Amino acid sequence: MSQSTTRTAGMLAAFESPAALMHAAEKMRDAGYTNFDCHSPFPIHGMDRAMGLKRSPLGFIVGVVAFCALSGATLMMWWMTTVDYPLVISGKPYFSFQAYVPVAFAITILCSALAAVFGMLILNHLPQLFHPLFESKQFASVTDDGFFVSVAAQDPKFDMQTTKQLLESIGSSHTEVVEAQ
Amino acid sequence: MSVEAKVHKEILIAGNPQFSTITEKISRIVESKTTKVWLLLFGAAVSLLLILLGSVGYLLWEGIGIWGNNIPSGWGFDIVNFVFWVGIGHAGTLISAILFLFRQRWRTSINRFAEAMTIFAVICALLFPSIHVGRAWLLQWVLPIPNQMGVWPNFRSPLLWDAFAVGTYFACSLMFWYVGLIPDLATLRDRAKNRIRKILYGTFALGWHGGNRQWKHYELAYLILAGISTPLVLSVHSIVSTDFATSVLPGWHTTIFPPYFVAGAIFSGFAMVMTLILIARRVYHLEEIITMKHLERMNIFMLVTSMMVGYSYGTEFFIAWYSGNPYESFAFLNRAFGPYWWAYWTMITCNVVVPQLFWFKRFRTNIAVMFIVSILINVGMWFERFVIILTLTRDFLPSSWGWYWPTKWDFAVLIGSFGLFFTLFLLFIRFLPMISMAEIKNVLPQADPHQHDGQRQAAIGGGAA
Repeated sequence: MSQSTTRTAGMLAAFESPAALMHAAEKMRDAGYTNFDCHSPFPIHGMDRAMGLKRSPLGFIVGVVAFCALSGATLMMWWMTTVDYPLVISGKPYFSFQAYVPVAFAITILCSALAAVFGMLILNHLPQLFHPLFESKQFASVTDDGFFVSVAAQDPKFDMQTTKQLLESIGSSHTEVVEAQ
Repeated sequence: MSVEAKVHKEILIAGNPQFSTITEKISRIVESKTTKVWLLLFGAAVSLLLILLGSVGYLLWEGIGIWGNNIPSGWGFDIVNFVFWVGIGHAGTLISAILFLFRQRWRTSINRFAEAMTIFAVICALLFPSIHVGRAWLLQWVLPIPNQMGVWPNFRSPLLWDAFAVGTYFACSLMFWYVGLIPDLATLRDRAKNRIRKILYGTFALGWHGGNRQWKHYELAYLILAGISTPLVLSVHSIVSTDFATSVLPGWHTTIFPPYFVAGAIFSGFAMVMTLILIARRVYHLEEIITMKHLERMNIFMLVTSMMVGYSYGTEFFIAWYSGNPYESFAFLNRAFGPYWWAYWTMITCNVVVPQLFWFKRFRTNIAVMFIVSILINVGMWFERFVIILTLTRDFLPSSWGWYWPTKWDFAVLIGSFGLFFTLFLLFIRFLPMISMAEIKNVLPQADPHQHDGQRQAAIGGGAA
């Protein structure tokens, strides 16, 4: 633990406003950067396009889970009431599917909600309690009123000099190198 | 001007604050010292909670014979309270999900608050059927879990539907609320001065860093949750109403029940949000965030749903006469003029007559009036469920007519459930941001990334001036 070898994790640049951040994102995208992110206290509409990001696949994931949950729940009730332990209740058919709608619906909704929440967390790599950016003092304001562009060192276009120059030329008020242990 | 531009133009937060002002104002409530008022209220709430724990403990020991339930009224206060509390929850989901889908941006000031109310109300609601089953330690039998008898639950029973619907409702509301909280928990983490707060808020913030790569998935998850909560909230109270509607008893066996229950639920929920928010607004000085505009819109919601509920009362009476069924007509005459006439007329007065005040802007924008009306609506909606359930003590044969009167334990559990609700609510207000900071910032004019792009700016400048 005492040997702390630091490596460069990336670069962080502060911007003044949502509009400035959006223009910066467009410039970064056009300059060919792919492993960068724009941090803001609230979601900014149009940022996905400005950064050149694709649509989140979450809707597809939830759709598949919802379909499986609906068929699974129906199949479960069918098996329980007609195969495993058939019971005649108020003279209705064993598989009285109309009466199974509320339970099938509730199970579908529950599974979809779980898929939406946990799918979102997995896609976002959360929980991840440590992130190199948290080493930066100024980055704490990202959840208050700060707007930042971060460029990861893994980005093929990342370079200490040119990246810094680019960030400053597109209007960053303050840039810093982020180091991780 | 396009519709979108008009929506963005509206100034929702008074005083034209900066982003940091919002953070400061809302976080400070959580970070400052515990106030005397809070301690006093918390003490009172916990005292009531102890009454609940004591009476539920005695109930589990002795059995539900300690309540006033009997034959013919197998359902008493427990189911009245269950329906009452589930209904309260519905406004929270309406505000957080349905108004979100309709892009009603004014909802941001009240949605966190209302969602928290939903969760706590549903906890109170779940308590009642759980203890009413008598042997609460066998509650898992409502779920299709393999057991030594090899039998499965009856999926045709509305009581089972209830377990699934309300259980799902609770889980979804909790997830929706937590997802909304993540960015705000990160704010509290980044502001935390001492280590315990840092660790606790940091853990629950899950490492949120506000990058757009996170927001992208986050926003879609929020939209999906809103989308699936919308049919869910409409289904939950519909399913609760089938507890009654699928029976063959006069006054219950009607197709109007699902929409009538849902309207009533939203009505009572808005009233409860109003009661709570008026107090919080005053105590924590949130007048700039929860403006008169917000309150007025909520009052309009109450007026509309009051009319829907009133219309349902009328329709029920009409059908009772029009059906030509003597038992049905008797059930309704018995409601209005039978031994529980006072409950019926309390319901009519509080739910239909009193909210008519909101036709007038003078009353709609008067804090004292709306506070009193919101409490009366809650009383009225509790009595609505009382009327529906307990006027059935006189059904088909006069020889089997009975009478229901609650015992002291019924009252203890009712009062105690308010203790549970307020204890949870006060803890929420003390330790979590009661207004969504990230969402409030998003509706400020300067959050628009096209703020400096010509026409839009003129529109915003005009609005702020």
